[in-house]
Amino acid sequence: MNETTNDILLLTFGSFGILIALTFIGEVLRAREPANFDNPILDTYMTRVQSWWGMVTFIGIALISGKIGVMILFAFASFAALREFLTLTTKAQADHMSLALAFFVVLPLQYIFVAMEWSGLYSVFIPVYAFLLLPIVSALRGNSERFLIRVAETQWGLMIAVFCVSHVPALMALDIEGYGERSVLLIAFLVMVVQFADLLEYFFGRRIGRTKIAPGLSPKTWEGLICGVGCAVLIGAILSWITPFGMFGAMGMAAAASLVGMFGNLVFAAIKRDRGVKDWSHLIPGQGGFVDQLDSVIFAAPIFYHLTRFFYVS
Amino acid sequence: MKFLRQFAARIVGQSIRIFARAVTAVRADWQGIEPTPKQRVYFANHTSNGDMPMIWSVLPPSLRRNVRPVAAADYWLKNKLRAFVGPEVFNCVLVDRRPEVKDKPMDKIIAALDEGSSLIIFPEGNRNMTEDPLLPFKAGLYNMGVARPDVDLVPTWVANLNTIMPKGEVIPLPLICTVTFGAPLHVEDGESKDDFLKRASDALAALAPEVRT
Repeated sequence: MNETTNDILLLTFGSFGILIALTFIGEVLRAREPANFDNPILDTYMTRVQSWWGMVTFIGIALISGKIGVMILFAFASFAALREFLTLTTKAQADHMSLALAFFVVLPLQYIFVAMEWSGLYSVFIPVYAFLLLPIVSALRGNSERFLIRVAETQWGLMIAVFCVSHVPALMALDIEGYGERSVLLIAFLVMVVQFADLLEYFFGRRIGRTKIAPGLSPKTWEGLICGVGCAVLIGAILSWITPFGMFGAMGMAAAASLVGMFGNLVFAAIKRDRGVKDWSHLIPGQGGFVDQLDSVIFAAPIFYHLTRFFYVS
Repeated sequence: MKFLRQFAARIVGQSIRIFARAVTAVRADWQGIEPTPKQRVYFANHTSNGDMPMIWSVLPPSLRRNVRPVAAADYWLKNKLRAFVGPEVFNCVLVDRRPEVKDKPMDKIIAALDEGSSLIIFPEGNRNMTEDPLLPFKAGLYNMGVARPDVDLVPTWVANLNTIMPKGEVIPLPLICTVTFGAPLHVEDGESKDDFLKRASDALAALAPEVRT
């Protein structure tokens, strides 16, 4: 077993340790309540922790199995996210072919390009080729009603659910000197920093939050956000040994990723509010949909990827 | 041979169910009823040939075993494959809609109800290709409600299938489909056919999820 696999196992079992503690706390709280007493907050908490068990297991297995496993996992996440997103966008029957192309051609190709590490192609494939070609396919059907809204929303879905999500596995394609095949650990770093910061932001926002960032949109507060980013910096420092960034570099990268992620969450809250839905879907028990779970990672991934590329790839 | 056919029917049924789940993540929303075994007529909106398999797929196994979709004989007997899938996989009650054939569809439907089966019906009669949420209902639903008043008539809204698989398209789009079950209706004493059909149609249309676009 090589060093990288060892580290992934260590991180996975470390996360399991945290989940055991969270499960234990939940069970203790439940045991202290009278029998037959309904506590919806505790029930939600427990279903969420259960979903977390599944997520840590899936990501752990994917990272250990290497590139193919990571590609399959994130391609599936992209598929689920795109399905949730395009369910809520404006479309007409004239878009049927371009939407089918988005699902069955653009999405697989993007992941093939990422797997082949053709960075020149996966960076422009959706923003240039899909952006120009899919509206042509829609226009050929000759329906102009709300055309701009239709093609713009489809493109937004592709950018978010495929382009942005694919930048998580694309971290493996970065060629960082002296880091080599350990680049798979960047995925673990990004996902752990952003997701834990999210959780702690929620916790502190509930506890000490006062000033809403965007009232009428989301219950997020500046206090929660500052605490969340602070925690992300701390987690970044603790995890700096798996990165090529060094202690202070890791702290800075963690701060940038979590900050972008939290504001990304705000953007998705605005979209959901506009469409009049609470969650993107019901696929993950207690969490809503894949987009609900991944929203901060989706926003953070391309920024994290390009910052790493800019500062650490010679 | 009969055993083999039954086995094949089960395999095909499970495959259809898994395919529906994988593509559309189809989900049941039990708003007005619980998923418990009770004799019911699920009446649904009809926009695509995929409607019936969707409802069938979200029913839990104990309910699915006992449910029979009412479907058009001319469609399901067109070729050998359909003649296997319709009657044997879905256990359809096949009725002939053509006026020149004296098929007495209602007798078959009542017979199926008397055997204790639940039914899936599409009271609009045809696939709805218009912008309106529903076409005017045919009288069948009312006749069932009058003939067998104990059976629950459950409005069942299938969302999104007109975008997933519109008429004339070959590739289904993987969008999320939700099947919403509403509160059961019964024909009330002295209620006229038109009043009841209007009430049933309103109850069904009210289940459509509102998504602003």
